[in-house]
Amino acid sequence: MPEFSTLLAQVFTGLVLGMIYVLLAIGLSLIFGLMTVVNFAHGALYMLGAYFGVFLLGYTRSFWVALIVAPLMVGALGLLMERFLIRRLYGRSPDDPLLLTFGLSLILIEGVKVFWGKIGLTLDPPRGLAGAVDLGFMIFPAYRLFLIVITVAVLIALYLFLGRTNIGLIIRAGSRDPLMVRALGIDLGRVWLVVFGIGTALAGLAGILAGPMRGAEAEMGVSMVIESFVVIVVGGMGSLLGAVVAGLLIGQVVGLTTLFVPKLAEIMVFLVMAVVLLVRPSGLFGEAGLAE
Amino acid sequence: MSGLRAVARRIGARPVLAFWAFFALFPFIVPNRTMATQVLIFGLLAMGFNLLYGYTGLLSFGHAAYYGLGAYGCGIALAKLHVGSLWLGLASGLLLAGLGGLVIGFFCLRRRGIYFAMLTLAFAQMLYFIAFHLADWTGGDDGLRGIPQLTLGLGPWQYSIETTLGFYYFAYVLVGLAVVALKRILDSPFGAVLRAIRENTSRAVACGYDVNRVKHLSFVFSACFAGLAGSLDALRLTVVPVESLFWTTSGQTVMMTLLGGAGTFFGPFVGAATFLVLEERLSLVLEAWPIVLGAIFSAFVLFLPKGIWGTLTGGIHGRQSA
Repeated sequence: MPEFSTLLAQVFTGLVLGMIYVLLAIGLSLIFGLMTVVNFAHGALYMLGAYFGVFLLGYTRSFWVALIVAPLMVGALGLLMERFLIRRLYGRSPDDPLLLTFGLSLILIEGVKVFWGKIGLTLDPPRGLAGAVDLGFMIFPAYRLFLIVITVAVLIALYLFLGRTNIGLIIRAGSRDPLMVRALGIDLGRVWLVVFGIGTALAGLAGILAGPMRGAEAEMGVSMVIESFVVIVVGGMGSLLGAVVAGLLIGQVVGLTTLFVPKLAEIMVFLVMAVVLLVRPSGLFGEAGLAE
Repeated sequence: MSGLRAVARRIGARPVLAFWAFFALFPFIVPNRTMATQVLIFGLLAMGFNLLYGYTGLLSFGHAAYYGLGAYGCGIALAKLHVGSLWLGLASGLLLAGLGGLVIGFFCLRRRGIYFAMLTLAFAQMLYFIAFHLADWTGGDDGLRGIPQLTLGLGPWQYSIETTLGFYYFAYVLVGLAVVALKRILDSPFGAVLRAIRENTSRAVACGYDVNRVKHLSFVFSACFAGLAGSLDALRLTVVPVESLFWTTSGQTVMMTLLGGAGTFFGPFVGAATFLVLEERLSLVLEAWPIVLGAIFSAFVLFLPKGIWGTLTGGIHGRQSA
């Protein structure tokens, strides 16, 4: 048995990974809930978030500017993708947006290789967060603690946005019953844009937040998007609470398996999915039959 | 264009005969005979995928799994277990892929619609990681090496598959038999039910068909075709790279089928040929050739969803929401 402090440190590491999963899965789930579009390019946008972060950091010398602007840039790209490409596919099979975004992610991944080279880049955390913090019961890298705090803050903001604002109300109503929302005279096209923008900006945020730990690398998004799919299947598609709980759960599973049986860490994610499919096919918090 | 269409329609009317006739001469038409074999093998893989996506309406993003299982099944039987017979090698590959389809199909069919695609992708990725870590059996990152080049025993005769052309005709016969099998499946009542499920699943249920079982069987058949393709490729390359199981293989299969035309009999072969020619030509002039491929594929999804062959034959495949 590893020592208790090692175990605790690993739980925190799993929590950090879980936060990244949550950011990605919430974005995916939000987009899916409203538009029944599975955005395969979510991983490529996550990767772009990290690259934009590197670029902005070099350009402005400020991590804080990069942290705010990189997700906005990714979100803007998401807006363009929705408005000019994905929107053409509404009304066709839900498989088609998945296929299209698969093609788009190939373009983005290879485009990044042309632009920034095939070798991965590193992203330095801001100076104030470079060291470690003594939490009293353990010592933990300051940047990772910061990542947890930021993610929680973003989640609370998102919760308030969806639960307390008018547009949040429309988004929730739109994912319940789009026809009725339209009948009430609301232009859902704009709501789609907003949601796609927010969802992809969250992917960008996840990318730049992960940057100081994992660097920026062209292929980094694909395995993340597949694992985020798993998070959504486990949590229940369209359920934001499910995405949060499942993201944190998968983060812990990966973190703890890495400690005990490192070889199994990558496989465990999928085993958890298989068990959930057997025991509760609609996911932990999912409603059966949503968009099936 | 209308002349081309008439030819395509005529070919579409007698697909099996057209396959045997065309591919008998194929290596003498293309400048590169290695590519001729690749078109057969990847065409077969795409054909298996097409049974599931084009005819049953289930989008699998994980056909790397069955291709890879076929390749490893055949490779491990020959290189690690030394079974010493090509037939036993091929049979092992087919069996492993079929079993994989049976088990993974069971899990994936617990969810429908768009989840299905994501689940197939996830399970294929799981197999990739398993193969990666199970290096004693699979060679891990280095790939499975040491697959012997055996001669093929046909009763008293021996046939060498060591030359490019020799291997081509070996693959030609096996892929041709698979084409016959697919035609039989599609023409059977079972094949009619597959299309009924694609067109309207709830109506197929209402007609009293056990839709989930039919889908599962289609999944297993599809996996077997992909597995045969994998086994053949293992014999061709005498090595199984671990990337066979990677998502890129699945993506490539999806792209080939859609370029050629999902739900059409020859679409997968047309698509495989188009894809391989594009890959060869583009990679000579442009290092970032996947960008062009991605753009072409995206344009097909947007503007030409029936693909090349489907557009030529005026494909009857009406895609509708699942």
